[in-house]
Amino acid sequence: MAGARAPTRVKVAPPTADPGASAEQCRSYLRQMRLIRHFEEKAGESYSLGKIGGFCHLYIGQEAVAVGSIAALRGDDYITTSYRDHGHALARGLSARAVMAELYGKATGCSHGKGGSMHLFDASLGFLGGHGIVGGHIPLTAGMAFAAKYRKTDQVAVCYFGEAAVNIGSFHETLNMAALWKLPAIFVVENNGYGMGTALARASSLLDLAHRAYSYEMAEEVVDGQDVFAVRGAMDRAVERARTESLPTLLEMRTYRYVGHSMSDAAHGTYRSKEEVEEYRQRDPIKLLQAHMRTAGMIDDAGIASLDAEVVAEVEDAVTFAEESPDPAPEELWTDVLAGGR
Amino acid sequence: MAVLTYRDALNAALREEMARDDRVFLMGEEVAEYDGAYKVSRGLLKEFGPLRVVDTPIAELGFAGIGVGAAMVGLRPIIEFMTWNFALLAIDQVVNSAAKMRYMSGGQVGCPIVFRGPGGSALQLSSQHSQAFESWYAHIPGLKVVAPGTPADAKGLLKSAIRDDDPIVFLEGEMLYNVKGEVPEGEHLVPIGKADVKRSGTDVTLVCHSKTVTVALRAADQLAEEGISAEVVDLRTIRPLDTETVLNSVGRTHRCVVVEEGWAFAGVGAQVVDEIQQHAFDELDAPVLRVTAADVPMPYNKHLERAAKADPAKVVAAVKRVLYLPG
Amino acid sequence: MASKVLMEALSPTMEEGRLVEWKKNEGDPVRPGDVIAEVETDKAVMELVARAEGVLLKQLVPAGSTVAVTKLVGVIGQPGEDISALLGGAPAPKATNAPTAPLPRGPAASAPLPPSPPAPPPTASGGRTKASPLARKVARERGLDLGAVAGSGPEGRIVLRDLDKSATAPAATGTAPATAAGSYQDVPLSQIRKTIARRLAQSIGPVPTFYLTTEVDMDRTWEAREALNQAGQRGSGAETKISFNDIVMKATAAALKAHPACNAWWQDDRIRYWNEVHLSVAVAVEDGLITPVVRHADRKSLREISAEVKELAGRARERRLKPEEYTGGTFSISNLGMFDIDQFTAIINPPEAGILAVGSIVEQAVVKQGAVVPGRRLRLTMSCDHRVIDGATGAAFLRTLKGMLENPLAIVY
Repeated sequence: MAGARAPTRVKVAPPTADPGASAEQCRSYLRQMRLIRHFEEKAGESYSLGKIGGFCHLYIGQEAVAVGSIAALRGDDYITTSYRDHGHALARGLSARAVMAELYGKATGCSHGKGGSMHLFDASLGFLGGHGIVGGHIPLTAGMAFAAKYRKTDQVAVCYFGEAAVNIGSFHETLNMAALWKLPAIFVVENNGYGMGTALARASSLLDLAHRAYSYEMAEEVVDGQDVFAVRGAMDRAVERARTESLPTLLEMRTYRYVGHSMSDAAHGTYRSKEEVEEYRQRDPIKLLQAHMRTAGMIDDAGIASLDAEVVAEVEDAVTFAEESPDPAPEELWTDVLAGGR
Repeated sequence: MAVLTYRDALNAALREEMARDDRVFLMGEEVAEYDGAYKVSRGLLKEFGPLRVVDTPIAELGFAGIGVGAAMVGLRPIIEFMTWNFALLAIDQVVNSAAKMRYMSGGQVGCPIVFRGPGGSALQLSSQHSQAFESWYAHIPGLKVVAPGTPADAKGLLKSAIRDDDPIVFLEGEMLYNVKGEVPEGEHLVPIGKADVKRSGTDVTLVCHSKTVTVALRAADQLAEEGISAEVVDLRTIRPLDTETVLNSVGRTHRCVVVEEGWAFAGVGAQVVDEIQQHAFDELDAPVLRVTAADVPMPYNKHLERAAKADPAKVVAAVKRVLYLPG
Repeated sequence: MASKVLMEALSPTMEEGRLVEWKKNEGDPVRPGDVIAEVETDKAVMELVARAEGVLLKQLVPAGSTVAVTKLVGVIGQPGEDISALLGGAPAPKATNAPTAPLPRGPAASAPLPPSPPAPPPTASGGRTKASPLARKVARERGLDLGAVAGSGPEGRIVLRDLDKSATAPAATGTAPATAAGSYQDVPLSQIRKTIARRLAQSIGPVPTFYLTTEVDMDRTWEAREALNQAGQRGSGAETKISFNDIVMKATAAALKAHPACNAWWQDDRIRYWNEVHLSVAVAVEDGLITPVVRHADRKSLREISAEVKELAGRARERRLKPEEYTGGTFSISNLGMFDIDQFTAIINPPEAGILAVGSIVEQAVVKQGAVVPGRRLRLTMSCDHRVIDGATGAAFLRTLKGMLENPLAIVY
């Protein structure tokens, strides 16, 4: 009975000028989103050429969520995400080189070639993975929030996961404890409508996912995930609540991915129609931001072209770096299993 | 030298380590206000407060993961599972998060956590509450697995485990909590990864751990009455296995019987036997035999349960087989 | 880390050894393989070698003492090392140990050995010897032939105790023979006398023996030997004088090839029929007798047999034989001809099934074609283990042997 139910419609308005969003801030958002977009396209290409192995989950279409929300965080806050982590890693400040080299499995990758696409880490940036089990990292984030509270700092911990993860046990157990113990955690559901090939309506009894927060007496918000300003605003509110009141929030970001679940999955033709994908392409977050910036006189075509060229060059450089970097030495098979070496 | 129960030895270890390092905290079901389901954490809430001794809802996966997350950013959690049977619900966090975190992050993020609780059988708790899980966790690189069999070892090893920077699976036993034994005064640490010869002997090596240490020692007493001298090697740590001590012993006695609480297939003893056959082949005068639990879920009936467990009589019979003696 | 020097079983049947002489003094440096002492075994004087590196810290028994196998005779270690633990003190038990009383080593002190389970008969592909890895290692170290050992483990598996016949050997006894002026002298048994007594008493007891005698016309062999020896002297000049015993040996080897039923061992639960012929030759030594083995006697020429017997006998008298040189024979020959014994019965050497006693060649009156003429006759007496060899079987063998000796070319036919 998939068609019988539908989530309540989020009011989608054209992006409004955000008082806090200066030209500089907008440019920063745009550059980051374009970097992620181009990086992911290049990663897809490299995967098809056999340069990247295993699984590769691309973030194309969801860029505003990572960019808008991470911009609200401090350097000492903690982030965990699922295996669809390239966008979050780049938004957090890992270099394109370090990420691409990791996808290529090289020693210069951010996880030294031992993690791969699903396990990007940079402890110095508080970027704590990159996790492969659906919902497996949700309690980890609550643990990081617990540590912040234990140490009496005002750090916050943010967890990103897809909407299919709201049905798994760890989600429920964690949100219950986060609310019960008043932990400074922010749970961000990136609702792109599909868990692999299963539409949300076929997997979830409750479609307004944010409402699950009611089960835990937790604050919640539904956000237009394609609107970087909306994302930023929601995140600011959640961060404030966490830092000042030590209370958690559940944010549902409604977004869309233009490509398949992973490189093994078709963009359309199986569980999504081409028309549907095309329809959503009208709300491309990059296009939306660019349109806003043009209207506000913050950028023109030449500016966009030059930004583009910068980003393309950065990604090309990352690819070259990855290709030329060495594989991990054979001895590295045995390192970092235990704290004291092998 | 004090005489303590295994329970009190653990309690002392928790107390001492929590006093020594304020990054250490205890989390689990009933650990705080109830003083612990098995009273291992008695008095700790009173001494250290609710921030450091934390009662959880029944949500093993959730609170194990919270522990792992806290460890990832530098705290030193002790996560108590009421029994290791329930830890199956949390096994994704122990195996896919804790064990693999350091490796998949390329060495950036460690996990100095201790998962502890009673494992194995007690009395007539039936099939879902009686399983021994050491071999499950011993299989995983990135974990350490510890199973003390005496109060002194329990205290010394728990202290070492809490100070260790790796994720540790610490297996206690409901039937061990009341066992009394001598525990050295003062700072008593037992190294992880070292077995202990609990009794010297010349004719056969009995390898054991946790509850089977008593079984092996009793068997050794019975064997001594028949003129057979058994050496009892208590593994204490399952992973990493102290093969050197085992091989040293077998090199002298030329015969070995492994006594374990778990089932035989892919059990801890299978690993011990493999080490012996690889590295002490020419020292063996007989195949290495194992005394294990019967290959069935644990029954409720008292007599059936007794028949399902390793006991001294079974050990004595196995020893006689490796000595080619009748009976 | 100091290590013990133990009296080792330097021959397969050795239960105790007399330490004749220390070759290293206390304080001398020692390397693995160095000779530490000379030990008289039941068969010969052997070398006890070091198995560790260091300095000979202590000689625990004086030269001349007799010590049971596996007992401590010395210690090797580093100078100044504390070796009190090795000298008999048990290691201090740990605080949590149950106290242990010192117990005799091994179960042999109390429990009787079980009868070995019936072993499957050797298969057509040739029964494989089953032995525990430890038994193989120890057999290798002691130079033992596992084929000569019966296994008491499951399916005939040879285990350590099957090699280790001694568990409760008597303590060292005095060695100097008592010399009393008077009507008799008691001479303590030397190792070799003890062994002869034990083994051959074992043989006479349980072995159902019968005896076959035949008289052989040695005229042709006598002439052939004369001719051969003269030719030999004119040849290379080497001292290869062939004796009658050499010829009897060669003929016996050939006859055994033709009658494999006599070339066998009794193995308690089976009979081992050998495809090879290794002749044990009884050699008188100062204090008794020993039987060095000429291996593959059937494949060797008269010259080779002769040279080998001379060499082995020489070393036997000097007690310089190695264990593999006096074990593993498939049939024995004993010759008292040089002592003018016409005929005698020899005692079988277990586990062999037969032994040939050779008397002297006597020139006597014989009947040939109805006339009484002088002839050279030799009496051979074969002792047979009736569990392996029946009357007819033994007789057939003897007839073939007789035929060869009466017609020497038949030996090389």
